[in-house]
Amino acid sequence: MARYQNMFTQVQLRGPLEAGPRLPPGSFPRVGTGTYNYWMGKLGAAQIGPIYLGRLGLASLICAFLSFEIIGLNMAASVNWDPVQFARQLPWLALEPPGPQWGFKLLMPLAEGGWWQMAGFFMSASLILWFVRTYLRARALGMGTHVAWAFAAGILLILTLGFIRPMLMGSWAEAVPFGIFPHLDWTAAFSIRYGNLFYNPFHCLSIAFLYGSTMLFAMHGATVLAIGRYGGEREIEQITDRGTAFERGALFWRWTMGFNATAESIHRWAWWFAVLTPLTGAIGILLTGTVVDNWYLWAVLHGYAPGYPDTGVVDPALLPGGVR
Amino acid sequence: MALLSFERKYRVRGGTLLGGDLFDFWVGPFYVGFFGVTTAISALLGTLLIFYAASLGPSWNPWLISIAPPDIAYGLGLAPLREGGFWQVITICAIVAFVSWALREVEICNKLGMGYHVPFAYGFAIFAYVSLVVVRPWLLGAWGFGFPYGIFSHLDWVSNTGYQYLHFHYNPAHMLAVSFFFTTGGALAFHGALVLSAVNPAEGEPVKSPEYEDAFFRDTIGYSIGTLGIHRLGLFLALSAGFWSAICIIISGPLWTRGWPEWWTWWLNLPIWS
Repeated sequence: MARYQNMFTQVQLRGPLEAGPRLPPGSFPRVGTGTYNYWMGKLGAAQIGPIYLGRLGLASLICAFLSFEIIGLNMAASVNWDPVQFARQLPWLALEPPGPQWGFKLLMPLAEGGWWQMAGFFMSASLILWFVRTYLRARALGMGTHVAWAFAAGILLILTLGFIRPMLMGSWAEAVPFGIFPHLDWTAAFSIRYGNLFYNPFHCLSIAFLYGSTMLFAMHGATVLAIGRYGGEREIEQITDRGTAFERGALFWRWTMGFNATAESIHRWAWWFAVLTPLTGAIGILLTGTVVDNWYLWAVLHGYAPGYPDTGVVDPALLPGGVR
Repeated sequence: MALLSFERKYRVRGGTLLGGDLFDFWVGPFYVGFFGVTTAISALLGTLLIFYAASLGPSWNPWLISIAPPDIAYGLGLAPLREGGFWQVITICAIVAFVSWALREVEICNKLGMGYHVPFAYGFAIFAYVSLVVVRPWLLGAWGFGFPYGIFSHLDWVSNTGYQYLHFHYNPAHMLAVSFFFTTGGALAFHGALVLSAVNPAEGEPVKSPEYEDAFFRDTIGYSIGTLGIHRLGLFLALSAGFWSAICIIISGPLWTRGWPEWWTWWLNLPIWS
């Protein structure tokens, strides 16, 4: 049953590059006119650029650069500015937040976590400026602001990890360090310290939404590619005037699992699953240490931690005077 | 009301892989087919076995029900039903149900004149499941290395298996898998949001065309992958997440038995540093 399977673009069109719709008065001109790239055209659009830089974009990039440089230079300093050791140890290098003895002191000495604060500040500024930029770019084109709000959900999780929760705990030391392996170490230590995050119901929800998002994108991406020969990728057209492509796509799922979305509603499912991943994650982080100190014991209390045959090993957290 | 207004003309005969016209009909919205029958039988049997095995357990609390695989001592042999045999039969039922489901999807693709992308994608999920309960236990020489079927007990398995390798985040395939999961989530948010923002524009604005979608992403990040490309990218990211998840657990034990942080010493010992 050999038949056409939509895998890559076989015929690429070349015409005048798309300049994009006119921007409202007072906008900056777009940078460049764009260019074609043959290999990008195999997978998706061949055109790269132009881009709208603007004040916010420029400010955001400057903040991102400052944050990146602060982190990189601190890491370089930690190996005595030896470029070979910098490259060798890079995955292990860290820029750590202030130690627990400092509490939530606002302006730290640079070498004691001040650099970490500054890097975090510029990273947050960069992200928030970029959020405003996505909002205003959508408005300049007369579009909805759904992308900006989805991005905001991700920013909220980052701010919760690095600022809001440390503030509630009264200690910068609770925050995540910058660094490749160090932030993984933080994650593992955080889970162990608070009694295994798998027992945090909001962590469960966040994981379910993360896996659900992946499943949804596999289902949606595969469906649209499978109906590609009927023009399934013209989703806006299928939303406003449903055609045979999405009728087939919808019936595929109806016949498979008894239920189907529509061309528009599948994107609402997608948006909510993706956005709820960091939102529920942020709630789970916010409750950890502030409201619940040990998720396993909390699960025992609420009857959802399985019992296992006794090993004779006593959980130190259960002993009188244990760390609570 | 089983039929959608446009559904009748799509309900055509044929496209079956097995069974000819025998099971070529619908029940309500569901297509049946030969593989629908095998799915139904294996899924029903598996589910009933889960309930029966649960009834032998200590609790009906849905969070606590757990059906454990056999003890390591049984190796790759069959275990008595109450000592992991249920887990073994349920695993077989699950695999038959999942594979039947994928083949039934192929038949539905045939009927609707669609590509095989969905069953192909679903195959990655089956591969990940089979990696956990067949491939890795088989490579390690005991069914007992599979995970227990229970809501919080399978999380305990993940936790314990992770700590057996000291710190699972250092597993390079796990790193790739997590990165793909996060990237997929981000890409899905942006794709869903972009389409919604085009068909739900600002007050008083007309619905926007794909040219506006492209312009939005070119304006913000300098590149728009386009309406077709985003679905290729999304499918690739999602399948990569599943694929590397399967790889990261297969190599834990069969290929690497020590702590994953230790694995990275090859990098520190590269000859280029001296």
